[in-house]
Amino acid sequence: MITFVLPNALTPLARGLGTVRVEHERGTMREALATLGAANPGIVDRVLTEQGDVREHVNLFLGEENIRFLDGLATPVKDGDTIVVVPSVSGG
Amino acid sequence: MAQQKGRGAGDVLVLVGTTKGAFVVRSDKKRTTWKIGKPHFPGESVYAMAYDGRGGRHRLLAATRSFHWGSVIRTSDDFGKTWSAPDRQNVKFPEGSGLSLVQVWQITPGPESDPNLLWCGAEPHALFESRDRGDTWTAVPGILNHPHRPKWTPGGGGLCLHTIVADPLNKHRMAVAMSTGGFYRTDDGGESWNARNVGVRAQFLPNKHPEFGQCVHKVVHHPSRPERLFLQNHWGLYRSDDWGDKWKDIANGVPSDFGFAMQMHPHDPDTVYIVPLESDGFRCVPEAKLRVYRTKDGGKSWKPLAKGLPQKGAYECVLRDGMSADTHDPAGIYFGTRSGKLYASNDEGASWAAISETLPSICCVKAAVIGG
Repeated sequence: MITFVLPNALTPLARGLGTVRVEHERGTMREALATLGAANPGIVDRVLTEQGDVREHVNLFLGEENIRFLDGLATPVKDGDTIVVVPSVSGG
Repeated sequence: MAQQKGRGAGDVLVLVGTTKGAFVVRSDKKRTTWKIGKPHFPGESVYAMAYDGRGGRHRLLAATRSFHWGSVIRTSDDFGKTWSAPDRQNVKFPEGSGLSLVQVWQITPGPESDPNLLWCGAEPHALFESRDRGDTWTAVPGILNHPHRPKWTPGGGGLCLHTIVADPLNKHRMAVAMSTGGFYRTDDGGESWNARNVGVRAQFLPNKHPEFGQCVHKVVHHPSRPERLFLQNHWGLYRSDDWGDKWKDIANGVPSDFGFAMQMHPHDPDTVYIVPLESDGFRCVPEAKLRVYRTKDGGKSWKPLAKGLPQKGAYECVLRDGMSADTHDPAGIYFGTRSGKLYASNDEGASWAAISETLPSICCVKAAVIGG
């Protein structure tokens, strides 16, 4: 089981929930997001572009590490991990 | 600001997209008092809005862009009381295209004869089509796979397709304009698109008259004379009398031929409004005087319209979709500035009054008459 922690802006796309748990034993971050997207496609639309890249001002943390500083979407994810979706501190 | 009640036919809506959300501004036919609602989509930028009164509906459309979460087109069928919140990104480039939507720059309802059809122009350069009143959108392959695409480059606003001009007399003909790229027309329903920029200069390129690559800022025409087009260029003011086959300079008496906004009069095919800017280096109105210029003779001459507008210290800029007109007679003309001032004229530009001077930076203004 993997836990996704969502920011407030995305909870309407998860039936109001701030955390979503998905069955996922091991694989990559991209595969974990695909699992999440199977039941929650709107969330993944907001996190990834239509070409499958993490949006410029969105961050995915595996535990306390931003995956940009790991292996990006190829970062290994395993059962019990928590992935936190964090919007960048940015905007005009 | 007096409160305006009632939602009768003939009321005027002015849809204002800003960098911080959208505003629905409303008045009655007299257009002397206005009600400005609270911001919709607060914190999101809105570069394109439209009112679609075809098919018996009253639908507002807004292209919203979240700094973080991407862009979608939302609709409202109750004048903005509620908006759709699409679960999925509804304007999306196809898999394998290598392209991802940045934002939507234009929403254009189709002809009266096809009330479910709309188009939108997007960044990066693309034309999308909706056959279900704006709920879902599909990229038009003729633009998506255009052989010129690798050589289209971004203007200051990005790689944007910002103008859509359809022929009300010929469903197979329409045109689009982009920055940069220029003006393209299809005569076969969108299968093929040919550059139509002969006579339009590209001031910023070594070759001033390339086949394509011009930075067209806006194109307008009147439905009663669809073949005659007016074009505001990145330096240059033009008219074509043959659907863009050839363009001729009509910068006759304007203080600058640089600008963005251009608006057709709703009833007179000879009357067009623009807001000249000093230069591409200093995108403010010349002499710090906020003046709309109007031609009433198809571009042979232009006259300033300044009554009610600040004529001193006005360092203002109106963006490409920052001007609009309603369809009343006399027509109402509206424009919004990057500094958040929204002006209206209920006498075709003879005089102006501010609806608001304290909005966020204005990206687009679209006026419509309910039931009009």
